[in-house]
Amino acid sequence: MRLPCPICGERDRREFYYAGHAVALERPQEGAGAEAWDYYVHNRDNPCGETRDLWFHESGCGAWIVVTRDTASHAVLGAVLAEEAAR
Amino acid sequence: MADLKPRMPLESLLPMEASGVRVREVDLGALTLVMPYRERDAALSDALEAAQGLRWPEPGRMTGTTGRGILWFGRAQAMLIGMAPEGGLEDHAAVADQSDGWAVVEIEGDRAAEALARLTPVDLRPGVFEIRHTARTELGHMAASLTRTGKATYLVMVFRAFAHTLVHELGIALQGVAARGGR
Repeated sequence: MRLPCPICGERDRREFYYAGHAVALERPQEGAGAEAWDYYVHNRDNPCGETRDLWFHESGCGAWIVVTRDTASHAVLGAVLAEEAAR
Repeated sequence: MADLKPRMPLESLLPMEASGVRVREVDLGALTLVMPYRERDAALSDALEAAQGLRWPEPGRMTGTTGRGILWFGRAQAMLIGMAPEGGLEDHAAVADQSDGWAVVEIEGDRAAEALARLTPVDLRPGVFEIRHTARTELGHMAASLTRTGKATYLVMVFRAFAHTLVHELGIALQGVAARGGR
């Protein structure tokens, strides 16, 4: 498996650390209700198809990236820097 | 008073040679890690050009030479090699002296890339990883900086604490290349 780091280009999966669904980019606002926090902390979708995950280019450039991939076909569809996705 | 003498990280371990591939230690002199503050990249590059005559490198590239140059070193990081960090760089970036922090080797020979390919996942084919290209990657599970400095010459940097492990891993890789015979 190879991931397209927006800074380094296509690199081997072993250079990356996997941090799961990119939910951390959608942190509830201050004052959000308990239901929103409950969903943020505990609930995850388990999609068959396109999903967005956070990966850390740990032994590469050190960037956090959001990778879009397909859980059914295993195709890697693209990646953007997390700092840009969070804007 | 103790009489302290400087020691290079690898001076008792190198040089070594196998399969026509030579590994020797390199003294890069002063090493300064520079990490620009947010939105200060352009100002930093201008300051570097004014003080050193070298611009900030593109990702995966180096400017200048390994005698005196700037090596891309990761997202928003670059290493100044062989120069004093002059010109008010601190106004635009976090600046850290790491001169004693790295063990550095040069690997040279027709089969150097073959040996390195046993240790790193980076695509080292000549048309992909060209001269003056650099990568942060792993080398036998060590965090490393890998730069192609010549047709069959590579510069490898790992943390000084991994000096022995680096030589050990390179030795095994070279043995493996030797065992495969010539192509």
